[in-house]
Amino acid sequence: MSASTAVLKAELRLFGREPFSLFWIVAFPTVLLTILGLIPSFREPDAGLGGSRVIDLYVPVNVLLAMIMAGVQALPPVLSGYRERGILRRMSTTPVRPASLLTAQIVLHFAAALGSALLVIGVGRLAFDVALPGQIPGYLLALILGALSALALGATVTAVTPTTKATTVVGSIVFFPMMFLAGVWVPVQAMPEALRGIVEYFPFGAASQALNQAAEGAWPDWTHLGVTIAWAAVLIAAAVRWFRWE
Amino acid sequence: MAIIEVNGLRKAYGGRPVVDGVSFAVEEGEIFGILGPNGAGKTTTVECLEGLREPDAGAVCVAGFDPRTGRDELTRILGVQLQESELQEKLTVREALELYSAFYPDPAGWRELAERLGLTGKLTTRFGKLSGGQKQRLFIALALIGRPRVVVLDELTTGLDPRARRDTWKLIEEVRDSGVTVLLVTHFMEEAQRLCDRIAVFKQGRVAALDTPSGLIRRSAGGTVISFAPSRSLDDGDLAELPDAQTIERRNGHLTIHGTDTTVNAVISLLARRQITAHQLRVTDSTLDDAFLELTEDREN
Repeated sequence: MSASTAVLKAELRLFGREPFSLFWIVAFPTVLLTILGLIPSFREPDAGLGGSRVIDLYVPVNVLLAMIMAGVQALPPVLSGYRERGILRRMSTTPVRPASLLTAQIVLHFAAALGSALLVIGVGRLAFDVALPGQIPGYLLALILGALSALALGATVTAVTPTTKATTVVGSIVFFPMMFLAGVWVPVQAMPEALRGIVEYFPFGAASQALNQAAEGAWPDWTHLGVTIAWAAVLIAAAVRWFRWE
Repeated sequence: MAIIEVNGLRKAYGGRPVVDGVSFAVEEGEIFGILGPNGAGKTTTVECLEGLREPDAGAVCVAGFDPRTGRDELTRILGVQLQESELQEKLTVREALELYSAFYPDPAGWRELAERLGLTGKLTTRFGKLSGGQKQRLFIALALIGRPRVVVLDELTTGLDPRARRDTWKLIEEVRDSGVTVLLVTHFMEEAQRLCDRIAVFKQGRVAALDTPSGLIRRSAGGTVISFAPSRSLDDGDLAELPDAQTIERRNGHLTIHGTDTTVNAVISLLARRQITAHQLRVTDSTLDDAFLELTEDREN
C-alpha cells in the first residue's frame, strides 16, 4: 500500500467518525428538499417561473448547498485543526508530505458532496417527480466546477485565518452569503432581474444558473461556466498563496 | 565519523537571536544530549536538523544530507519525536502505528514496538482518549517505526511516570546498541547522566560546554562535597587551612565543604586531632545538576 493510499484510507475512517459533518453534508440537503417538497404549492407549476415548479428549482439549489456544506462549513475547521495541533508538522518530518493529508481531506469532502448531490437528485426524481438533468455532461461539469469553488473557498478561509477558532468564525460568516448566492432562500432564477444580474457574477450564483440550464436540457452558458472557473481559479491561487503550514 | 554536523548555526525570531552560532558534531552510534534552560535554543536547533526550520546562517548536515535540499532522503533515515504535536483526535493507536509504518520503505514491526512501549492494551483507544504518558509513548514508537539511522527525541520522558521513564531509557539504550545515533533534548539531569555519551550544554543560544557527563562534573568547581554536623563548633582558622576547599558553608549547625579528595582526608584528620565527632557524615560527588547550574548561571546577575 502506498503512503498516499494509507493516508487516504486513514482519513476516510476518520471522516466516518464525524457524524455531524456527515449529517450536514450528506443528509441535510436532501432533508431540506424533502421539507420543501412537502409544501403542496411548491409542487404546482408556476407561470412566474416559466411553468416550472418551485421544487424543480430547488433540486440544483440543494445540490449546490451540499457543495457549500462540504467546502465552506465542514472542510475549513478540519484543515485548520490539523495545522494548529501540529499534525501537519509531525507529518512533515516523515517521507510523506503533509500536503497529502490536506489532499485526502479535500478529496473526501468532494466525494461526500458528490454523493449528497446524487442523493438530492435521486430523491427529487423518486419522491417529487423532478426530471433528471437533461444535459448530463453539462450538469456534471457545472457540478464539478461548483464543488471546486466551494472547496477552494474553504481552503482560502483556512489559509487566511490563524487558528481553528478564527477559521470556524470566518467560515460561518462566509457560509450565509454563499447560501444566498446559491439560491437557498430565493432560487436565483426566481430573483428579480436586477439582483440576478449581479448574483450570477458570484461563485454560486453562476453555478446555479449553469446547473439550472443543464437541468432543463441545454448546454450551460459559457459565461456562467467561465465565471465559475474564474472564481475557482482565483480562490485556489489565494489559498495556495496564503496558506501557512504552521 | 560524525553523522550530524552543525556549524555556526544561527536563527533569530523578530531580530532576537535564539540560536547564536552553535557548532557541534555527533558521532555515529552515540547518544548525544542537548541540555539547557528554557529558551536556550535547544528545540530551535533540533528543528533546523529536522528540516522544520530554515537556519538564518550556518551549515547543518545529517547523514550527509542538508535538511533543506535533501529532505526526501533525510526523512527516510530520520526518526523524530516533537515536543509539541498531536495526532488526529479520533485515530486509534493501532491505526496511527499502521499509518506511520506505511510511510517508510522498511518499517519495524509495529506490534513489537507497541509491546515494548506498553501500548498493546491501548491499540483500539483513540488518540484523544490517551493519557499524557500514553501519548508520549506512542510518539516514541512513531519515532522508531521507520528503523531510522538517527533519532531526534525532544523531551523524551516528559509526562512519564518513574517506571515508564526507566523502561524508556532501557529502550533507548538498546536502540543505541543496535547502531542508531540518538540526539536527546532534555531537562532531566538524571536522564542525561544515565543515557548520554556526550552532552552539549546550551546557554542563551550558544554551546556553553561540550563533554561527557563525568567530564562536565569534573570541570565544575568543588567536585567532592563533604557535609556533617560537628559535635562542637570548629575553629575558623582550622577550616581556612583546609587544602583545596572551594567553599565552606555553615547552616543550622551543619557544615558543607566543597573540595577534593585531599580536602576529605584533611577534614578527617582535623576532626581526629580535635576529637570532634562528625554526625551524619556524607561524602558525595557533585552531580551533573551542580555542573549544569554552574555552567548556565547568569554571571551578570
